[in-house]
Amino acid sequence: MSVPAPLYLALSAALFALGTLGVLVRRSALVVFMSIELMLNAVNLTLVTFARARGAVDGQVVVFFVLVVAAAEVVIGLAIIVNIFRSRETVDVDDVDLLRG
Amino acid sequence: MEGVLFAVTAVLALAGGVGVIASREPVHSALALLLVLMSLAVDYLLLGAQFIAVLQVIIYAGAIVVLFVFIIMLLNVRSGEGPPMPRVVPPWLAGVLALAFAALLAFAAATARGPAASLGADYGTVQQVGRALFNAYALPFEAASIVLVVGMIGAVALGKRPAPTPGRRRGAGER
Repeated sequence: MSVPAPLYLALSAALFALGTLGVLVRRSALVVFMSIELMLNAVNLTLVTFARARGAVDGQVVVFFVLVVAAAEVVIGLAIIVNIFRSRETVDVDDVDLLRG
Repeated sequence: MEGVLFAVTAVLALAGGVGVIASREPVHSALALLLVLMSLAVDYLLLGAQFIAVLQVIIYAGAIVVLFVFIIMLLNVRSGEGPPMPRVVPPWLAGVLALAFAALLAFAAATARGPAASLGADYGTVQQVGRALFNAYALPFEAASIVLVVGMIGAVALGKRPAPTPGRRRGAGER
């Protein structure tokens, strides 16, 4: 392991923060969704890094499950976005505020 | 060599991450996301996770990004963001929060120390991961299949047009 683990973890932290920023700042539901994918990938990188540091594959198995859940999540989420677009002609998350208190 | 490769992929991944959240067009965001995913796949290879790297390319780059692009095409969304309006979190505060969070994560990462474990020759191969998957993680594996089935059913149920009400029915030959 010629590249030390903290470097991978720092990259993962930066990617996760970028994803957080995207969720907080952007208003297009599609871009918010992509930012969530960014965060999921940052977590995956952390898991793979620690799996490597421990020398066990359990972390990689968890990444496999994260991939499965991410696939299902994207399918459902995009279907919801399509439904919202059909009924309201917008994908702006600030326009969909029916439940706002 | 590995260090150079890591530096290149890290720069590409960060540039892609900035591209995802800064692009005006959703399609550009999707392509930037693709850049991040491919860079991370190379990082997984550097970390000895061959199986995960292949899955990353097939599932994320091959399926999820294509789905994103497809939906963008379907919705034909213009750049999308309307005039600014007051919001709960102003952008500068969001930036400060994200930066503080990144610093916290980086601090945690820098303090995470441990001896690097020695690896077998078959570390991260499909055989080894598959063996773990079908022995220790057999039950979660089956649960994952249920998650996928639920996802499929949910997508079909959500994507279906509402059933026509009896009063609005058209002729029998028309569907």
